[in-house]
Amino acid sequence: MSVSAPHALAVWGRNASMYRRTWKRNILPNFFEPVFYLASIGLGVGAYITTMGGTSYLAFLAPGLVAVAAMNGASFEVTYNIYVRLHFEKAYDAMLTTPIEPDDVLAGEILWAITRGGIYGGCFFVVVTLAGLAPLPAALWALPLIPLTGLLFASVGMVFSLKIPEIDLFSFYFTLFLTPLFLFSDVFFPLQERLPEQWLWLGEALPLLHPVRLARAAFRGEASPILLWDLGYMLGLSALLLAWARRGVRNRLTN
Amino acid sequence: MIVDVENVSKRFGARTAVDRLTLQVPPGICFGLLGPNGAGKTTTMRMVYGATRPTSGAIRVFGLDISKNARAVRARLGVTLQQNVLIEALTPEENLRVFGRYHLLREPQLSQRVGELIELLELASHAKVPVKQLSGGFQRRLAIALSLMNRPELLILDEPTTGLDPAVRLALWGRIRELRAAGATVMLSTHYMDEAERLCDRVAIISAGRVVDHGPPAELIARHLAPEAVEIDCSPEEEALLLAGLGAPRHRMRVGGRIMVYLDNAAPLIDQIRRREPERLHSLVIRPANLEDVFLKLTGTMLEAGT
Repeated sequence: MSVSAPHALAVWGRNASMYRRTWKRNILPNFFEPVFYLASIGLGVGAYITTMGGTSYLAFLAPGLVAVAAMNGASFEVTYNIYVRLHFEKAYDAMLTTPIEPDDVLAGEILWAITRGGIYGGCFFVVVTLAGLAPLPAALWALPLIPLTGLLFASVGMVFSLKIPEIDLFSFYFTLFLTPLFLFSDVFFPLQERLPEQWLWLGEALPLLHPVRLARAAFRGEASPILLWDLGYMLGLSALLLAWARRGVRNRLTN
Repeated sequence: MIVDVENVSKRFGARTAVDRLTLQVPPGICFGLLGPNGAGKTTTMRMVYGATRPTSGAIRVFGLDISKNARAVRARLGVTLQQNVLIEALTPEENLRVFGRYHLLREPQLSQRVGELIELLELASHAKVPVKQLSGGFQRRLAIALSLMNRPELLILDEPTTGLDPAVRLALWGRIRELRAAGATVMLSTHYMDEAERLCDRVAIISAGRVVDHGPPAELIARHLAPEAVEIDCSPEEEALLLAGLGAPRHRMRVGGRIMVYLDNAAPLIDQIRRREPERLHSLVIRPANLEDVFLKLTGTMLEAGT
């Protein structure tokens, strides 16, 4: 069994058909959220900080928040929404009466989560650019990071969703996993400068740290060897988790 | 054979849902899987279209091994699930379009096929109303329309009329007969005896995951029971008295305070009751023996009691 691209796109198309009905209502908050963050933390907290990492606090904050938006957009899709499709809407039971196979379901759902992450992250990027915080054209290098971040967190969330028996447990995922990632992954302060040397590895283990570091490097237009490690981490962990999710989806859908 | 299930078992942990089940569905017939809830009908059907993997045994559909050719097999069959799986926020037309893409239909064929199905199942009046606002019967018609998207050679219907009112059931039976007449093979599960008797050319009676007997409904009835059934309220003590002097009936069964006696000719028994105990006549029912009786005889349980 392997992925058939047209069938995976049909799975993607189901979600797109539903989103198309409500996108005007859904997309508006995606623009407001970054404005609130930049105003409250960037301008409010930032007023007490002259520089951070060699730039204004607003400019320090902006690239990380783009990565966070991609993470959040993808995460909602592969957690609550996947759970609803699996258990309440029984969408996959219907798909498995057609030539669609479990691998296509996984591929289509991951692709859709990347799409939603792309919409969130893209909106954030537009706001940040309009606010003059994304130096062009260098900051454009952050754009390919948005789908990669979506892929990473779609894979993490998918594995979690396949393991849990009840929808309530997603609150653990959000408050005990995504929230700490958001707070400690270099978004608000340079984590590595605050960690004792023997704990640096722990910082490097955080999945969100890597897209944030890559996004910040793009905004600054600075390349360095460590970015290869960041990229390798994101792709490697995604591949590993997808292989795991693949088995889980197959067992869950064709029991 | 369109469907060839050979010695198939399915275990979920310690529970055996299907136990060394064998059945064959020849082309062009309507085949009924008959049994109470939990007998293994749904699991058997899921294995036929490759959504559940058997623990052991072999299944061939259109001559292809389903475990290796699920995609190719499912391209040629359609399934209506027991529970309608519709996208409630979308309209029937949008549901059909989404489903058509699962079968890789592209424009202009997609719009054409969606239009045909809306016409075939008379969905036009509400084609643009969100599904959640539609009646149960309308939703069921839409579910059946979805399963016809790819002009299936084999149509699998899991309890197609459960929960529907009598008029809607009759209309759906008509549709199913039309599809069979047009050359499709139909495999359906049901726990309604009238449905099986009116619709199915052959049935397999399933109990606890096994086929207890199979054949055309009329043959099954003739094989197991006399043609006339007499039902009457009567305690076990009164039973011998009631039947005294009539010779042993070919078969009799008891359900609580009621007995069912199967006879080639019911007249002598009726006469006897009329003469000796006319007060019993209000509980007397005389009817032809049916599949429900066969099921009761073969399994010792009532079909619809198994909820």
